[in-house]
Amino acid sequence: MTQDVGTAAAVPAELPSVEPLQLLDPNGKLSPLEELPVDLGEKDLLDLYRLMVITRRVDRESINLQRQGQLGVYASCFGQEAAQVGSAYALGDDDWVFPSYREHGVATVRGVDPTQLLHVWRGTWLGMHDVYETHFALQAIPIATQALHAVGYAMGVKLDKKAIVTIAYFGDGATSEGDLHEAMNFATVYDAPIVFFCQNNGYAISLPFDRQSRGSTLAHRAIGYGMPGIRVDGNDVLASYAATKKAVDRARSGQGPMFIEAMTYRLEGHSTSDDPTRYRTKGDLEQWAERDPLTRLELYLKETGTWDDGFAEQIEEEARERTTRLRDSIYDADHPDPLELFDHVYINEPPQFERQRAQMRAELEARDADDA
Amino acid sequence: MPTMPETTMAGALNAALRSSLEADGRVLIFGEDIGKLGGVFRVTDGLQDRFGEGRVFDSPLAESGIVGTAIGLAMYGYRPVPEMQFDAFTFPAFEQIVSHLAKFHNRSRGTIKLPITIRIPYGGGIGAVEHHSESPEAYWAHTAGLLIASPGSPADAYSLLRQCIALDDPVIFMEPKRRYWMKGAFENDEALPVGRAAVRVEGSDVTVIGYGPQVETALEAARAGADEGWSIEVIDLRWLNPLDEETILTSVKKTGRCIVVHEAPMTLGMGAEIAARVQELAFYHLEAPVLRATGFDTPYPPAKLEEFWLPDADRILDLVARSLAY
Repeated sequence: MTQDVGTAAAVPAELPSVEPLQLLDPNGKLSPLEELPVDLGEKDLLDLYRLMVITRRVDRESINLQRQGQLGVYASCFGQEAAQVGSAYALGDDDWVFPSYREHGVATVRGVDPTQLLHVWRGTWLGMHDVYETHFALQAIPIATQALHAVGYAMGVKLDKKAIVTIAYFGDGATSEGDLHEAMNFATVYDAPIVFFCQNNGYAISLPFDRQSRGSTLAHRAIGYGMPGIRVDGNDVLASYAATKKAVDRARSGQGPMFIEAMTYRLEGHSTSDDPTRYRTKGDLEQWAERDPLTRLELYLKETGTWDDGFAEQIEEEARERTTRLRDSIYDADHPDPLELFDHVYINEPPQFERQRAQMRAELEARDADDA
Repeated sequence: MPTMPETTMAGALNAALRSSLEADGRVLIFGEDIGKLGGVFRVTDGLQDRFGEGRVFDSPLAESGIVGTAIGLAMYGYRPVPEMQFDAFTFPAFEQIVSHLAKFHNRSRGTIKLPITIRIPYGGGIGAVEHHSESPEAYWAHTAGLLIASPGSPADAYSLLRQCIALDDPVIFMEPKRRYWMKGAFENDEALPVGRAAVRVEGSDVTVIGYGPQVETALEAARAGADEGWSIEVIDLRWLNPLDEETILTSVKKTGRCIVVHEAPMTLGMGAEIAARVQELAFYHLEAPVLRATGFDTPYPPAKLEEFWLPDADRILDLVARSLAY
């Protein structure tokens, strides 16, 4: 018997557009596309804007808290609000997010308490929020590793015949990791209901994208795995939403995974420890600032008469309330009892834990005695 | 329960998987070539036919993918039992095991449980090519958050594997591949508590501690030692984490002498840890230093040289003589 060489049906008739698909241009002009339908009403548009503003304000407050010595380090999502908020807005309540460590905008949409995420950056604990309540997995620091968890979860969904979709978030750098390759391959082999959402923000720490990959686009890569790929303007919240909605609907209806490459730009450093002036120019920043994801939606809302000043004030008040709460929770917050370090390592503990607990307890008592 | 007929260790493992799949609908078995083929050692033979492709399925050839998706499946609510085809092919999955599998429970402050048992055939003695004979247990033992079990007999292969699959901790289950064809009976009885070792032969002169493939070797040494008039006590650890300190210390306090046996290289192997604990917890009972009969600190040798490298009964007995000479 000869080996099956594959069928023409498996190869898509159309390749992804190299030019990122865009609905809302930087001047706030809306140009609908047949392949990216938007099923949102006025209320949704206002909500998208609100969520992006909240994300940006909380992000800025987080940077400030790091600068004031309250966080060890922080990875900002400044500039990537549309890609994150737009994509997350397309998810249902039961759907699961598997984030990297920069998905603060996604977390905002999913209702994850930002104080809990920020306590991780402060070093209070390694993961603080309840993943089963929020359907937002713990922030994954090792690059691309979370994509496999997302695929595994989606495989479970499929085995259990549920209508849940998972979405894995990662950056352009992650596409060089083996785990992403394995994840995309497993996803199509098992027909798992998952969306791969890549925020191509131009840099993996200092390495520009053209040194990360010589492929024409990342979206084209999807075809090799047997799934559709699409490249969108990641600073366009509507394009990010519509592409994700399409992918989520597709996965939910049993048509398998899809890959989205959202072209965006990280306006801050990789983290607060980074010095981006070493690898990019002021000109780059200015050029991308002109494509600000918030500005274009604001212009559109104003142009269409959806905007009113009361709305702006309302958001301002909410942002102030949230950032104050964040600051109050983080500033000079106490650390947990050091003995908790032994509490969640095992369900069946090894015998040395009893001795090591006793050792730490004695050291803590000695410290207390010194302090007294 | 009646004693089952004699079977091989591979057969006992197969029976344990079958029994676990029957007992709990959330148990899933997957890995490379484990479905239609039944695994390269046939440990999963017939399971796909019996339980279907939804519960017993082949994976693409990607070990990180196997462990990473097992984590996602466990988060969904399944109890995955993935197989790594050979010891050294676990290394592509090292990051998923060490950075995630071992740490999710702690990272989530106890919220996430990952009841995953990774089966790994390990160790040498089968004349294999490179990368098919290694003993990587110290890597897992050095990583907080993983339980590690390794059976030394068909009976333990059955009861330990069933027990591990039912636990909520992630477990690395190390199968001594050279003993897959070893025969013995097993029973459907209650498992011993987690972390409990077994005294296989009682003795009064020297304690020899082994696990996995080296339990048989230690028993052989004990039989040969008896001809010399030496009374050797053999402990089968069964668990590398948690370590059964109580059984080890009770024995060493009785004999005053201790030898640890493993195939893995000597430096920073399980023997180093056991020696450290014995001297810390039973210093005044020792008549001689704790000695180690192990593989050498070289890469695993080519097949024609493995008989010179692997610890055997003679290497153990030389150390018994050395220990008794103190």
